Amino acid sequence: MQSERDYMRRSGNVQALSAEAIQQSAIATNKVLKNTYLLLSMTLLFSAVTAGISMALALPPMTYLISVGVAMVAGIFVLPRVANSAAGIGVIFLITGALGLGLGPLLNIYLALPKGPEIVGTAMGGTGVIFLSLSAYALTSKRNFSFMGGFLFAGFMVVLIAALANIFLALPALSLAVSAGIILLMSGFILFDTSRIINGGQTNYIMATYGLYLSIFNIFINLLSLLGIMGDE
Amino acid sequence: MDWMKIGQAALLIMFIVVLIPAVRWWSKNSPKAEKGDWTAALLPLVGVILFVALLIYMVR
Repeated sequence: MQSERDYMRRSGNVQALSAEAIQQSAIATNKVLKNTYLLLSMTLLFSAVTAGISMALALPPMTYLISVGVAMVAGIFVLPRVANSAAGIGVIFLITGALGLGLGPLLNIYLALPKGPEIVGTAMGGTGVIFLSLSAYALTSKRNFSFMGGFLFAGFMVVLIAALANIFLALPALSLAVSAGIILLMSGFILFDTSRIINGGQTNYIMATYGLYLSIFNIFINLLSLLGIMGDE
Repeated sequence: MDWMKIGQAALLIMFIVVLIPAVRWWSKNSPKAEKGDWTAALLPLVGVILFVALLIYMVR
């Protein structure tokens, strides 16, 4: 009887402990999610400011290449090393500021086209709608989209090789296919990254922000290109 | 061949090289999809395709 009571008490404790662990894990996940969206909105705003400065200064198109190069090197070699420290915040702002600076000359080129302002506005609004809808879907469905990882990374590799070939081939149809492919893959990455935050696969909000920011940036650039080509510009 | 193209190609090659380990890791370690997972993932992506088609129609 005594041992039965002990067992009941212990199993009760285990249940209480596991409930507490689940609750703590949910709180940690919510914290990562909240910090990610806060940092994401701040970095997007910062990019808009640097893009505005770059547009006002009418920086040359070469700026885009240099900025993407700087952002790529910082994102691959520096950010993963400092993501767990306060320096990570500085590096993410450096990356997103550089990408915004690079966006300026590109936006100036598009805005100079007859339908340019309409294309830029549509691409901006479209990117926002795609990101918000996919995030809302991943958050409400609570599904784990981690199974898409192999497919997304392999698909991204194929699209990058096609983009590399098209630098030399300069085929408009291939350019269109690459842009469409990147938009789809980045949409998949939004589902993948958001579900990883919800399910505890990504616990670092700086790295989570970096992933989501890159998806948004790539969707915007490629939507701009797709709308430019299809809008006969 | 201008410098912009050479620079773009160099950046893409660097990115592809850096991406190879991630592709290998995710190909080996991705969890298996359960029943209904692909449908749940493809549904919003079809929505994105239709939405982009609508945007293209709007700017034409």
